[in-house]
Amino acid sequence: MSATAPVATRVWQRFTPRERFRRFVIYLVMVVAIVQSARMVEIIPEFLYDAPQQVQDLLTRMWPIAWSHYPEGVHEALVETIHIASLGTILSILMAVPVGLMAANNVVPNRTVNYLAKLILVSSRSVNSLIWALLFVAVFGPGALAGTLAIAFRSVGFVGKLFGEALEEANRGTIEALEASGAPWFSRLLWGYWPQVKPAFWSIALFRWDINVRESAVLGLVGAGGIGMALDTAMNLFQWPRVAMVLFAIFAVVVIAEIVVTQIRKRIL
Amino acid sequence: MSASLEVRGLVKEYVRGKRVLDGISLAFAATGLTAIIGASGTGKSTLLRCVNRLVEPTSGEIHFGGRDIAHLKGRDLREARREIGMVFQEYNLVERLTVMENLLSGRLGYVHALKAWLRKFPQADIDRAFDLLDEVGLAGYATQRADALSGGQRQRVGIARAVMQRPKLLLADEPTSSLDPKTSVEIMSLMRDMGREHGIPVIVNMHDVELAKRFADRIVGMAGGTVVYDGGAEGLTDNVLKSIYGGESWLT
Repeated sequence: MSATAPVATRVWQRFTPRERFRRFVIYLVMVVAIVQSARMVEIIPEFLYDAPQQVQDLLTRMWPIAWSHYPEGVHEALVETIHIASLGTILSILMAVPVGLMAANNVVPNRTVNYLAKLILVSSRSVNSLIWALLFVAVFGPGALAGTLAIAFRSVGFVGKLFGEALEEANRGTIEALEASGAPWFSRLLWGYWPQVKPAFWSIALFRWDINVRESAVLGLVGAGGIGMALDTAMNLFQWPRVAMVLFAIFAVVVIAEIVVTQIRKRIL
Repeated sequence: MSASLEVRGLVKEYVRGKRVLDGISLAFAATGLTAIIGASGTGKSTLLRCVNRLVEPTSGEIHFGGRDIAHLKGRDLREARREIGMVFQEYNLVERLTVMENLLSGRLGYVHALKAWLRKFPQADIDRAFDLLDEVGLAGYATQRADALSGGQRQRVGIARAVMQRPKLLLADEPTSSLDPKTSVEIMSLMRDMGREHGIPVIVNMHDVELAKRFADRIVGMAGGTVVYDGGAEGLTDNVLKSIYGGESWLT
C-alpha cells in the first residue's frame, strides 16, 4: 500500500441519527410534561408570597416545645408506633417469603405462578399504607391492630419483590451443582439459595423496618394507632407546642432507628 | 469390557435444526480416565451435561446403572443423579458455607431435606467427609468458609464433594480451565488418583491436549458435534489434532 494514497477522514459519532432523534423526542416530552403539570397545579401567587411569614408564625407558636407533654401523652403512643412497625414488618416477612419464592423464576420455573406472585406483590405495593390503614380501620375499628395490618400488607410487596429479585440473582452454578448431586427442591432451596440470599434478606428486612417506623408514625392520622394519633389530637386542638413535641419524638425515633439499622447491617453483612 | 455408561445416538439441538451434538454414540468402561478434547463450542460440555440431564437431550439414549437416564423424571432422575458426581470449571461451591458443609452437600440426595436443614447428617457421612478432606490435602480446613479458599483448594473441595456422593461415575467439565498450569496438573492427578482409589470411572472435558495425553487412559476427540477420534494418547498425531481443532499454525 502506498503511503501517499489519499485517506478519507474516518468519522465516529457517539449516536446514530436515529438515536439522536429519539433523545430529542424524550427531552421534548419531559419539557412539555413539566410545563403542563405546572399549569395544572394552579399555584395561587398570594399564598406563595406569604409562605415565609406563615412558616415563621407556625414556628413561633411551636416554641417552646412542650417537653412536659412527653410522659403523659407521647411516650405510650411512641412505643405503640414502634410495636406497630416491628410486628407489621415480621408479619409482612412471613407473608412475603412464600410469595417472593413464587415470584423467582429460577426457584419456581412456572410462568403462571411467577405472574400470580408478581400480581400479589404489585397489588400490595400499589396501595399506600394510609389507604390500607383506612381499609383496616373500617374492618377492625380504630387502633393498633389496623395499623399493624396496614404496615404488613403494604410491606409484603416491597419485601417480596426485593427478596424475589435477590433469589433470581443467585449464582446459577451453585444450584446446578446441587441439582447434579440429586438434591431435592427443598434442599436446593436451603443449601443453594438461602446462603446466597441471606445477607440481602436481612438487609431488606431491616430496611423495611426502618421505613415502617416512619410510616407507622403517620398512620394515626387515620385512626390506626400510634404516635400519629397524638399528633392529630394536638393539631386539632391547635396545641402547637405539643405538636412540636410529637414531631421531635418522631424525628428522634427515626434517627435512632437509622443508627440501629446501620449498626446491625455492619455486623451481619 | 463392561460399560458403566453407554450413550447411543445422542442428539442435542438448542435451536431447532442446529445440532450441537450430532448423534453421539460412546461406551465408557467401568474404570479409567477418559478425556474428551475439542475446540470451544463443539459440544463437549453439552455432552457431559446431557449425561446427568443438566441439559435436556433432544433425542438418543443414555444407559447408566441399568436405566435409560434420558427418559427419567422426578424422583427417579434424582436417584440416578446422585450416583453421578460432577466437578465444574467454576467449582460451583456454596461460597458462604464452610468446607465441611460443602462436602456434606454431596449427600443432599440421600439425606432428608429437614435433617439436612438441621445439619443432622449420619456420623458415617461426617467420617467420610473428614477422610476425603485428608485425601485431597485439605485436612484442617473443615470449618473454613469456601470463599476464603484459593482456586486450587476450591477445586479440591469440588472433587471431594463429588466423591462424597459415592458416585458410580465422575464427570468433570473443564475442571482445570480456571487454574494455573501447576495447579492444573495437581488437580488432574488428584482426579485420576481419586478415580483409581474409589473405583470410579472419570470423564473429563478439557481443551489442553498435553494434559489429556499425560493423564488420560483414553482420549475422545470431538469436532462439530461428532466424535472424530477415539483411542489412546499415542494415536494423537498432528493429522488427528488437525481434524479435531482445525488449522495447523498452532501445531509446533
